[in-house]
Amino acid sequence: MEQGLKIELGKQGVFVTTVEELYNWGRRSSIWPMQFGLACCAIEMIATTMARYDLARFGGEVFRPSPRQADLMIISGTVTKKMAPQVVRLYNQMAEPRYVIAMGACAISGGPFKQGYNVLKGIDRYIPVDVHIPGCPPRPEALLHAFITLQKKIDGQSLTGEDRPRHLDAAAQGEFPVPVQGEHDLEPTSNKGVWPVPITIR
Amino acid sequence: MASNSYFPLGVLFVVALGFGLAPLALAWLWAKFVSPAKPNAIKNAIYECGLESRGDAWVQFRSAYYLYAIIFLIFDVEAVFLLPFAVAFTGLGVAACLSMLVFVVMLVEGLAWAWAKGVLTWA
Repeated sequence: MEQGLKIELGKQGVFVTTVEELYNWGRRSSIWPMQFGLACCAIEMIATTMARYDLARFGGEVFRPSPRQADLMIISGTVTKKMAPQVVRLYNQMAEPRYVIAMGACAISGGPFKQGYNVLKGIDRYIPVDVHIPGCPPRPEALLHAFITLQKKIDGQSLTGEDRPRHLDAAAQGEFPVPVQGEHDLEPTSNKGVWPVPITIR
Repeated sequence: MASNSYFPLGVLFVVALGFGLAPLALAWLWAKFVSPAKPNAIKNAIYECGLESRGDAWVQFRSAYYLYAIIFLIFDVEAVFLLPFAVAFTGLGVAACLSMLVFVVMLVEGLAWAWAKGVLTWA
């Protein structure tokens, strides 16, 4: 249905919607994040949920302590190579549809610890990230912005067609291999399906 | 049937049942026809804060814990009785003191028995 006709009908007191709109509205209005924090960004995440910034205004206040009940994973902080397998396993254990916000410089690239031997250089090497937030740490407003960006992304998803989200596609895979500790690094060093290895040109 | 005085109750029961079951049925139908399930080994694994679970969840607790808890509980209750006794001690007669003594001695006897049986020693 075209937008103009819908607005015109709305003015006459007739409310029309589609299953798709209703479905996306329901999903974006009750995103339940998973309750875990990795580093200092988690403090900003906690501040976001508290009274001053109040994530509850956007329907995201229900932090769940189990991946079975969570929709959103906020990677809030430095992901060490020791922690990465656990994070990936938790992502795997979340029910579809599931989303990821990589919060802060460490989560998106390794940040100030990028040169460290024990820091993962971005969680997007193993799991698909929906929204990246730069900052060290990002302020609560930035997390709210990421949250709203994610809501807009969910709103724009269609239930059918080629570009439908993974959870509606029976053929799309839902398993993301959990890396294991190798002799020198995590094995594999990245999931080729979600993170194509950049080619270094010298 | 409608003349039965329990008929409205029956109707309410059916409505209440439908109220609970209809959302579940709708969610199940939606999941079946629209959102395909994607089970895999990692997803179906036991949730243990991201770690792989080790060992069996069906562990047995030693019965010594149980006996220890029982003995603790008895002396916990004894304290509840001793406190008002101690507060009102100056105003009590010989009979009250004797009955309290019997109560305490019985508990002490129980403790002595448990001690003799070796309940208090961990092996």
